[in-house]
Amino acid sequence: MRLFIGVIGLYLVAALALPLGLMLAKSFEGPREEFVGLANYVRYFSTPALFQSIGNSLWVSILSTLITVPTAFVYAYALTRSRIPFRGFFKTVALVPILVPSLLPGLALVYLFGNQGLLKATLLGHSIYGPIGIVMAEVFTTFPHALLIVLAALALADARLYEAAVALRASRARIFWTVTLPGARYGLISATFVVFTTVVTDFGAPKVIGGQYNVLATDVYKQVIGQQNFQMGAVVSVILLVPAIFAFLVDRAVRRRQVALLSARAVPLEPKPQPLFDLAMLAYCVVVGLALLSIVAVSQFAAVVKFFPYNLTLTWAHYDFDQKGGGGWASYYNSIRLALLTSVVGTFVVFVGAYLVEKARGFALGRGLFHFLAMLPMAVPGLVLGLAYIFFFNAPGNPLNVLYRTMTILVINTIVHFYTVGHLTALTALRQMDPEFETVSASLKQPFYRTFWRVTVPVCLPSTLDIAIYMFVNAMTTVSGVVFIYGPKTELAAISVLNMDDTGEIASAAAMAMMIFYTNVAARMLHLLLARWLERRTQAWRRR
Amino acid sequence: MPPYLRISRLTKKFGGFTALDDISLEIAEGEFVCFLGPSGCGKTTLLRAIAGLDIQTAGRIEQNGRDISALPPTKRDFGIVFQSYALFPNLTAAKNVAYGLQNARTPRAEVARRVSELLEVMGLSAHGAKYPAQLSGGQQQRVALARALATSPGLLLLDEPLSALDAKVRVHLRHEIKQLQRRLRVTTIMVTHDQEEALTMADRIVVMNLGAIEQVGTPLEIYREPASPFVADFIGVMNFVAGTVVGDRAVRLGHTELACELDGLAAGTEVTLAIRPEDIVVHEGRATEPNTLTLRVDALAFLGSLFRADLVGDASDGVFLRADLPVDLIRRRGIGEKSMLSVLLPPDRIRIYPGSTVHR
Repeated sequence: MRLFIGVIGLYLVAALALPLGLMLAKSFEGPREEFVGLANYVRYFSTPALFQSIGNSLWVSILSTLITVPTAFVYAYALTRSRIPFRGFFKTVALVPILVPSLLPGLALVYLFGNQGLLKATLLGHSIYGPIGIVMAEVFTTFPHALLIVLAALALADARLYEAAVALRASRARIFWTVTLPGARYGLISATFVVFTTVVTDFGAPKVIGGQYNVLATDVYKQVIGQQNFQMGAVVSVILLVPAIFAFLVDRAVRRRQVALLSARAVPLEPKPQPLFDLAMLAYCVVVGLALLSIVAVSQFAAVVKFFPYNLTLTWAHYDFDQKGGGGWASYYNSIRLALLTSVVGTFVVFVGAYLVEKARGFALGRGLFHFLAMLPMAVPGLVLGLAYIFFFNAPGNPLNVLYRTMTILVINTIVHFYTVGHLTALTALRQMDPEFETVSASLKQPFYRTFWRVTVPVCLPSTLDIAIYMFVNAMTTVSGVVFIYGPKTELAAISVLNMDDTGEIASAAAMAMMIFYTNVAARMLHLLLARWLERRTQAWRRR
Repeated sequence: MPPYLRISRLTKKFGGFTALDDISLEIAEGEFVCFLGPSGCGKTTLLRAIAGLDIQTAGRIEQNGRDISALPPTKRDFGIVFQSYALFPNLTAAKNVAYGLQNARTPRAEVARRVSELLEVMGLSAHGAKYPAQLSGGQQQRVALARALATSPGLLLLDEPLSALDAKVRVHLRHEIKQLQRRLRVTTIMVTHDQEEALTMADRIVVMNLGAIEQVGTPLEIYREPASPFVADFIGVMNFVAGTVVGDRAVRLGHTELACELDGLAAGTEVTLAIRPEDIVVHEGRATEPNTLTLRVDALAFLGSLFRADLVGDASDGVFLRADLPVDLIRRRGIGEKSMLSVLLPPDRIRIYPGSTVHR
């Protein structure tokens, strides 16, 4: 078993720890790779054009967080504490942003509020290119993430607490402030930090709609791609890591506390009908749902007409990707290949890794270190990981250099980029299993891998499917992790969206972004069918 | 005959904490032994060391003449049943039982025959095709037992196997496991914190406390002649009263001198006198016999088949005893709270421990 831990651990070291370490070292080097101490940092903080981005990043992140979290909270409240109809539908609608690259809301906002946009007048002379556009796009992108966390927190409610409050004659408002909010507070804190981190590290939205408004993520891109100043790119990356790691640590601490709440034996809460309140909540969900859907609808509409919104003649011309600035249809197929490979290989690696961390006996140091490496990617922004890959894999002396700009390196990068969530999902599933299975097997003289295949894998099958679909969807939409390391033959669909937007072919960019969306919708539906079929085939033992 | 299992000078440390402190023990073939003690006493650690799940820090374990001290669990010869059953949830009862039998050498028909035989023995023939979630707790435990016995191990280890069950099922399974063990004559070690379980099932009980063995003996020995105040207190109900040795065969208790066996303790030694509630006898007539105390009934609790009375002396001697009184006696004598009683403490039922720590 140690051998297996070693192999997967080595993968995390080579694909995560070494590149990041090298990047940190580069931030202390000059253009000829000589050690210059803090010189780069001094230069950074004495160049207003650079360090102003810190303030900009914080500003849009805080603003987006302040809008997203309350919006998501009310939405989650409507879904769990009211009797509105179509709750399943509203939840599905709210999760749509997960299925599109973060470039898409920017494109739709250009159509809606851009220089020739339909609703430009509503901005009262302000430009959508800048903080307004970034914040609107980020609210769209982060909404489902906040919603899922708050939903989980609200779902933990114990009906007995509410009954006790009513028995003590507390008013509705008092119950809300003394029971509902405290019960959801860890969820709210967690959602706050997740949204903040996502915005601060996001590259897609500010790239498309940020205009001249520089933020840290676009600075890394500009330093590396525009000015080829890798050292300064490394400096900005290190600065970008600070808020991400801080938010990550706070989130970890908060989540650990939430577990204590979970273990209590709660009686599930069934909301009672309250016509007026239910109607208000329904109206709210309709408005938010429409806002989310309209972003996607505008993208789709713009992609199939000549020139939205002035010439609404239907046309397929924007889908002629091979004639456009991006990587053509080939990039779309590359994305599917990447998503499938990441999904299959990633699920295998992540699950086996989590199994070893959880079930191996002894070797505590190695397992602890492995777990730390598995948690680290959550705190590392995609761009930072990508830049670190340039330093590591493109280094002339590195034998892994052959991988540079191949599909293999994209798969390696994407698995690492999204490793943590899969790891946690697998750990949760494994921890629900009796810790004595391995002991019993040993007493029956069965090797550990037999129990792994006959018991562990079948019992955890639903969770492994969840990991697979998570990896697939993220591999389809990711831009930041791969933007520095794709090659001419391995351009991806989301990168094409970026490049076509750069060359002004916005309609085609929107068309490609929608291709990603439909692919992810299809994948999710396939996942649902597969999960149902497998449940019927292999999970009969769950029924009583 | 050499012992089947010999544990010599076993020590297990977790960091700075000593979970097992120099344990030595011998278990004969076919014996049913219970490790009994409060939680944290080391009984489970000892079981896990025997199974090879937590290898000891020092010491030696021999099974059937073979040194197994350093062997991993797969190389040892035992079957194990846990409190949680640890049944594989995605395999049927029959497949769980078959789990350890299936290998390249055993023909399928042979496996099937053995599985149905075991299910039959356990009274589970009708449930072979069911999944664990579809079985009751008692049935699940029987499947776990069948699975552990399937490979005919030389040693059966039971880790609190009945703790998760309802009281009625527990009593029933106690009996069944004991019967089965007698029939198969498999050497068995059961860990439990339930003294009743240990007293009814074990051939010998190993009472443990703070990582050490307090006493080893048959249930009757442990109950009748507890070797230490800890054992006396842990098993059954025991009265403890502080006293002082006053002569060759006498102890002073308040104003009264009581005759008892002293094992050569010198006069003036502070001692603790112990007697069980059921050994206290109420005098029917005059109280002139030796070893008699006159006490007042402070409280009476009805326990169904008997009354438990709290008896106190006068304020100056501080004697407090619990006595089990027959229902019939209470009724006949019209005993109630504040009644005065003469009670006899038979010398052969009194146990004396050095030191004056009074347990309650």
